[in-house]
Parts: sequence; structure tokens; C-alpha cells
Amino acid sequence: MRAVLNCGYVPLVDAAPLVIAHELNFAAEEGIALNLLSQPSWSAVRDLLAHGQLDAAHILAPLPIAMSLGMGATTIQTDALMVLSANGNVIGVSLSLAEAMRSGHWSGRFDTPRETGNALIKACGGRLRIGVPFPHSMHTELFCYWLGVLGMNNASGLEIHTVPPHMMARAISEGEIDAFCVGEPWGSIAVEEGVAELVLPGRAIWGFAPEKVLGTRRDWINAHPEQARALVRAIYRATQWLENKENLPLASEVLARSEFLAVPEPVINRALSGQLTMRPGADDCHVPDFLRFHANAANFPWRSQAAWIGSRMAARLGMDPGSTIKTARGCFRSDLYREYLADLAPNLPLTSDKVEGAMSVATPVATTKGELILGPDCFFDGTKFDMSTDGR
Amino acid sequence: MDKDLKIIVVEEDRDRAIDIIDGLRDSGWSDVTVIGETTSLARKLAESEPDLVLIDLANPSRDMLENLSAASGARNRPVAMFVDHSDLEMTRAAMRAGLSAYVVDGLAKDRIKPVLETAIARFQVVSQMRTELDAAKQALSDRKTIDRAKGLLMRAKGVSENEALSGVAQDGDGSGPTSD
Repeated sequence: MRAVLNCGYVPLVDAAPLVIAHELNFAAEEGIALNLLSQPSWSAVRDLLAHGQLDAAHILAPLPIAMSLGMGATTIQTDALMVLSANGNVIGVSLSLAEAMRSGHWSGRFDTPRETGNALIKACGGRLRIGVPFPHSMHTELFCYWLGVLGMNNASGLEIHTVPPHMMARAISEGEIDAFCVGEPWGSIAVEEGVAELVLPGRAIWGFAPEKVLGTRRDWINAHPEQARALVRAIYRATQWLENKENLPLASEVLARSEFLAVPEPVINRALSGQLTMRPGADDCHVPDFLRFHANAANFPWRSQAAWIGSRMAARLGMDPGSTIKTARGCFRSDLYREYLADLAPNLPLTSDKVEGAMSVATPVATTKGELILGPDCFFDGTKFDMSTDGR
Repeated sequence: MDKDLKIIVVEEDRDRAIDIIDGLRDSGWSDVTVIGETTSLARKLAESEPDLVLIDLANPSRDMLENLSAASGARNRPVAMFVDHSDLEMTRAAMRAGLSAYVVDGLAKDRIKPVLETAIARFQVVSQMRTELDAAKQALSDRKTIDRAKGLLMRAKGVSENEALSGVAQDGDGSGPTSD
């Protein structure tokens, strides 16, 4: 009798690794069955995970850290067993804001974070209401980092509003928010509905940002080490499958089904292929590394990534950076990842930390069995986040 | 008992909202307000400064409440109810009933508990009605499926309606059509 794991997810393109692990039988081949449970909100995922109704979940990369720190709810030591996807968010603005940006001589390009950010700050007239799916999310961290570097923050008129992903189009059309940072397909849906224009992919802010992780309670891992191992292995194989371009049409077809996203295939395809449509009727715009599931060690839970998230949360929310970073690092279980995948992954990094933002091009690094290609992973402002100096 | 709490119920379904409010008022809480339209929910809540917010666990607008708990320096910030592990049984009962609650940080537990007990009871009744409604809809759609299959069988095999029906019921999940 195979163990059945209750796995939560929020309907987004980047839920694909869990969905594919189930639908293409990778889970069954690893000896487990997945009971996939679509969730209406990130708070529901968090609460059901915290109280054991869910064994594991597709979860925002900062959320296990927030849960382990006891922010906003109960303190539950929650870990990220692996990264499910890197990048994949889009920033969109209302039609009127896009128009104001253009009349301020914005070029309308999709790959110019500095120019686009400056145009946005200038056009918003001192107040910008931005919708993000959850307070503890990469959306919040990336957006605040981007505009923060360019000189706009909470104190100078930036307001962060929480809006569930599938309600983003409505919120911007009703004038509740001026801009959003959201995961696909919901940015493209807003474009399709003619209520927003995309102005920047998340990857233009940080070239290789951990986006969703596989979240589990630490006591669940300790009580079910074999199931945890099987789950990581099944999803690892699903992400390997998703990395193959030939499989993308089938992946879109599965995700489009009513039980998962219930969104037309061509819209899902945009994120999977990196061919984004910025505004209605515009030509496709190719974004390299728009959303990565597997290549360049995307699944490895780097402790330095967790440290970056922890340092940003601490700075934004006024918490002690040392202890926040320490807790954050402990949540990203590179130790278990190595143990679970020792015989399955051809190459595993030798260290659990890297200098984040150091690689402007794809770079080979030494691994357990040879070499692995990492990066590019630059921050738009050229900052390098080095654990040995920034993380303390 | 101290019943001057300011309670807000976030519920878009009007009948359901009335049912929950009635339950709370009948039990002695008079300051109960419904927010039925979730546009700008966070702003509406921040303005009314409730002691306690009740919202369906399955309501996607729940995440808008998280904004309030995450805002640094906010006065009287509400936090998710599942803060306290000391009353695990109540938390589980609430989750089973599909209720989530946000309470102002530091509000005494003995003031919250009776509200939640009343709300859980109401949510349970409503959840059960909803489950029954879903079951009825499912039965109706099963019935339509059976009718379609019956029609196909009758045409394909030239059998009578009763013969077709017994064929469908045998091939199906065994539940057969529901009696009206």
C-alpha cells in the first residue's frame, strides 16, 4: 500500500512540478501517491500545513522562513526541501500608468529595469499602490528591492497591497491598485482582459531568484524521512521532464485542465516558453530564463538564497538581521537535498552557499562528480550578496 | 459576561452572513458588522478597527487580511487565530467547520473563545447545507449523465428504457439514479 501525501498548491504555472510529478506518475514510480489539493489562498496553505492537513506544499520561497519566525501567525518550524522554480513573475501597470510612462519618454522595452523603474516612479506622481499575492513573497521582496534601489520606498509613497493572484486583473481594473507583481498566468490574463500592460519580468531584477519551494513541517520530515525522500525525488524528476522543450505542449495541456488552472493553453504557454506579450496586440517578447524548473541547479536550496531573503525581510520589517538570517538559512535544507538525491542527481554543488549575483554569464562550477553550469544570476544594480560579509 | 467586542464577518453570500450574524446576536454580541464586498477589504478593516474578524477558510480574500498582520507598527494589529497551540481542539474544530479568525493581538482568550464556539456552530450548519447542496447538484448532473448514457444505449442496442437503465446502473459506480 503506497503512502498518500496531501500536497497543497495555489493555481499558478509554477505549480507544474507537483502537478507533473502526479500526472506523469513520477510519484508512483518513487512509491508514493500524491493527493493534490488546490488552495484558495496562501494563508490557507500556511494554516493547513501548520496543522497537518497538508503534508507538503508548493509555497512562496519566503513563507517557510516567515512561518519559522512566527510572523503573522503561529511559529512552526517549516523547511524548504527543494526549490520548485526560479523566476517567473511579471510586473504590470494599469493602462493609464503605462500611458503616463510613455509620455514621460519611457522606451517601452521589457529588459531595462533601471529605465523602466525610473519612468514608473516619475509617472506615478509620488504614490504607487502595488498589488502582491502575499506579504511574505518574492514579489514583495523583488519589487521593494527594485524601487528601493531607485529611491522609492514606504516612506516615499510606495504602498503594498495584498491581492490574491487570480484577482489581480480585477483589482487593477477597479483602480484598487496601480501596478502588480504576480506569478503567471495571472499577469498575462490581465493583459488578455485589456486592463494592464506588462513592463518588466521579475528576472530582470534578480537573474535567478528562488520563487516557489517545497514546504514541509520539520517534524513531518523527521517522522516520515522515507516519504520526504520519495517526494523530493519524484519532483526532481518532474522538473527534469519540464526542462525538456518537447514536453511543454503536454505540460500546458495538463495545467490548462479545469482541475488545475482552468486557463486556456496558449496563455499558460507564454510562461513555459518565455514568450511574453506585454500589451494586447503587441508582438511576443522573448525573455531568457523567464521561468526555470530545473537547469542551472534551479532546485538546489542554496542557504545563501535563504540568507538574502532573510536579510531583506529583516531590513524591511525592522527585525534583527543576525537571528533572522540564521533562522532563514536553517530552513533551506541543502543537507537533505544532497542526501535524498545522491544517486539520482548527476551533479551536486560542493557548498551550500554562493555569492548571489556574482555571475553575469553562465559559469561552470566544481561539483561532486565534475562540473555544473550556474547562473547568470545578476541583480539589476550589480550588487553581490556574499554570505561571508553580508550574512554575518 | 463581557460581550462588547467589535466583530466583523467577511462574507459575500448574504444569506450566510445573516445566519452567522443572527447566531452571534442571539448569543449576546451586538456589535457585529458584515463586509460583503471584498474590494479594498484591508482598508475597510483597518478603518473599522475590529477586535475580531471571522472569515471563511476558503475565501480567497483571506490573504488581504495578512497584510494587516504583516504591517509593521500598525496599532491593534489583528493576527491569525491559529496563534495558540494551547487550544488545539478548538482550532481543529474551526478548521473542520471552515472558519478562520483574526483577533487583535493580546485580546484575552476567555473573551474570544465563546465567540468562536458560536461561530463554529453556525459555520458547521452552513457548511453542511453547502455540502448537501453540492451533493444534490452532483446527483442532478449524475442523473443527466445517466440519461445521456441511457439514450445512447437505447439507440445503439435497440433496447427498452428499463433495460437500458439497468445496463447503465450496472456499468456505473453502482449508485444508480436518485429517486426524486
